[in-house]
Amino acid sequence: MIAELGLAVLWMAAALAVLQLVAGILALRPEGRQVAGLVRPVAVMQGVLVAGALVALITLFLTTDLSVKLVAENSHSMKPFIFKLAGTWGNHEGSMLLWVAIMAVAGGFVALVEKRLPENTLIATLAGQAFVSLGFYAFLLLASNPFQRLPEPAPEGAGLNPLLQDIGLAFHPPTLYVGYVGLSIAFSFAVGALVTRDVGPAFARAMRPWVLGAWIFLTLGITAGSYWAYYTLGWGGWWFWDPVENASLMPWLAATALLHSCSVLASRNALKAWTVMLGVIAFSMSMVGTFLVRSGILTSVHAFAVDPERGSFILALLAIYIGGALTLFALRASTVTEGARFSFVSREAALVFNNVMLCGILGIVLVGTLYPLLTEAMGVKVSVGPPYFNPVSAVFAIPMMLVMGVGPLLRWRQDSFEGKGAGRITLPVGVCALLSAAVLLGVELLAPQIKLLPALGLAIAAGLAPASFLPLRGRNLRRTPLATWGMVFGHFGIAVALFGMASESAFSTERLAAMRPGDVQQVGPYAVKLEGIGPVAGPNWTALEGTVSASYAGAAPSILRPQARTFSNPPGNRTESALKTRWNGQLYAVLGEEGDDGRWQMRFWWKPFVPMIWYGGALIALGGLLALLGRVAADVRRLVATGKIAYRRERQGR
Amino acid sequence: MSNGPKTKPRLAVWLPLILFAGFFALVIWGLVRPADREVASAFIDKPLPEFNLPPATDERPGLATATFKAGKPRLLNVFASWCVPCAVESPQLAQLAGQGVEIDGVAIRDRKPDVARFLAQNGNPFARIGKDDLSQVQLAIGSSGVPETFVVDGKGVIRYQHIGEIRPEDVPLILSKLEEAAQ
Repeated sequence: MIAELGLAVLWMAAALAVLQLVAGILALRPEGRQVAGLVRPVAVMQGVLVAGALVALITLFLTTDLSVKLVAENSHSMKPFIFKLAGTWGNHEGSMLLWVAIMAVAGGFVALVEKRLPENTLIATLAGQAFVSLGFYAFLLLASNPFQRLPEPAPEGAGLNPLLQDIGLAFHPPTLYVGYVGLSIAFSFAVGALVTRDVGPAFARAMRPWVLGAWIFLTLGITAGSYWAYYTLGWGGWWFWDPVENASLMPWLAATALLHSCSVLASRNALKAWTVMLGVIAFSMSMVGTFLVRSGILTSVHAFAVDPERGSFILALLAIYIGGALTLFALRASTVTEGARFSFVSREAALVFNNVMLCGILGIVLVGTLYPLLTEAMGVKVSVGPPYFNPVSAVFAIPMMLVMGVGPLLRWRQDSFEGKGAGRITLPVGVCALLSAAVLLGVELLAPQIKLLPALGLAIAAGLAPASFLPLRGRNLRRTPLATWGMVFGHFGIAVALFGMASESAFSTERLAAMRPGDVQQVGPYAVKLEGIGPVAGPNWTALEGTVSASYAGAAPSILRPQARTFSNPPGNRTESALKTRWNGQLYAVLGEEGDDGRWQMRFWWKPFVPMIWYGGALIALGGLLALLGRVAADVRRLVATGKIAYRRERQGR
Repeated sequence: MSNGPKTKPRLAVWLPLILFAGFFALVIWGLVRPADREVASAFIDKPLPEFNLPPATDERPGLATATFKAGKPRLLNVFASWCVPCAVESPQLAQLAGQGVEIDGVAIRDRKPDVARFLAQNGNPFARIGKDDLSQVQLAIGSSGVPETFVVDGKGVIRYQHIGEIRPEDVPLILSKLEEAAQ
């Protein structure tokens, strides 16, 4: 019953999306003005209905209704509650429903609250949003119905992939999805603005909170995903340049560029065409990423879950939306390109530089991700890894981070490093630059074995961290806008994360040892002792658990419990690494297999300051949140003010 | 600064679309290309490393590289008694053996009684079985798991690597690879 209801509601929502699109197109013509009032309420209703369909699917998963195919294939009655919930989107169909639901709810929200844009642009935006949603509705309803029943209810569910049975993974995909799909709003705004040729500060201000919101979720999603990979995969690495990771990084890079160019457009009415194009690119990257992951086109080793039919469907959607939007852009760009001019030394110029560098990195990642496919087309099979990505992206990232220290101090339109600018900009930035140079020199003299990139990372982080606080200099901190605080924290977060990455790469020590209970090994500052190995059981797994006592530089030992878990439904193995976090780093322990001689393969890492990577990510997201709060608060104040003015006018009978 | 004068012909605005068209063409090719998505092993067309393994069971002799240089293509099957998919592929191995294919086995990290029980339950298609307790041979021939099957030509050169169990539908493929290796 619930399944049928969910399906019916989903069809109704799709029908409303058709209505939203048609009414939107009609409303943009002079003869169709009377249907204009229809678009907003329909968009809101569509959001409500899809949310209902998602609730129906969640209910089916929570009650483990095994007559539904999707539940039987992906859930199990013995699974803990939280993983039943996460099972809803831990599969293809459910995740597409989640995607459509977030998209429709966001669209409904825009329809409800957005009052700044000219009505025509908003209607074009909502029509664009409906157009994009329709493709995904078609995909869901025609090619991947989540509510399909089985002819006979299954006796028991097949369970969820053990790798995914982790609390981090329960919330990682929805977080990323909110980010991806939030960018669809920016995409629709860009399309709407192109249709009505109305690209200006109002458009940028309307789009900015959505970009910021999406960007916060992407930042959190990537940070959490990186930490998840770090502690579950048991390899001690935190970023692998894997296609799936790149798929989430590319929209983030585009969204970061968009965020910055948005602020230029909002404040200075410049970079019009560029901002619109980034709006299109950001969501396009989300779709391209989803396609690359879902179609299995890049999963070359032991290909699994490859479904060319689904791949073709998503590819058709890509062609329609990205191809369509880029064509529209090419046709309309010439009419929106004029913007305010600015000089070479100005905040605009610094932001343009940042944009170009971010797009450079984006290009590098995209090419690297597609390169195996490209060479295969020419008959050679290769795989591309860190030796390509790290140095080549650093070529763009390092200049960008250098400019990042200066850019926020520059004035809009025109500035100078001499005269008045000397005390305000040149001197403090010079101090930070000296700090960087000193660190670089120190590293090269004291630890010449450290490679160039980590050394540069340490040096830039040392300069960027204080430089990111310079915009606060000489300001009344209480009156500093939240958005400025957001920028400061965001940039500081970059410095912190960079420090973590460089430190991990420069100072990590690894120890691989076959140990008997009682054996002691030295890992960095830690002395680790294998106390014993014993069995433990969880709700749907059993595990061998090692008890390791680790003592930092002779201090009282703390206990780590790395596990090798065996899951029963479905069968599978997973290592559960154990971590001991200190302020200055992390000890990472993995339990391996038992050798023939009764010794256990143990793997330890001491990673100085590695948690800074994720603290940095969290700081960046916090910066985004502060900026978002600042913008939204300003918008609300303005709404209230205009409301008051209108009320007074009305009372005075004007 | 970033925006040129309006009158300039703006070919640049078409650039994103052109790049997207290139991407589209590439992935279309990727989707329709032949289904061979396996990464070719780096060990294909390389000679087998020199090894000489003791027997894993009392019924069959051990296995040495020299066996594979006798002029006739053979199959080298990497298995273990503790490996469930290895039992699944035994009918297919029996079928291949029945068609005159000579199969040699390498038992990975196994014990003699376990191997004997495994062969008693699932049949014994092997001419020789070597015992590889440290996975030395397994790693040296580029196998990362069990079961895996290698087609080795009469000169001791690896010609094909089959990862995972041999399913009934894989038998013709294995036979055709053996024929290729015989040429």
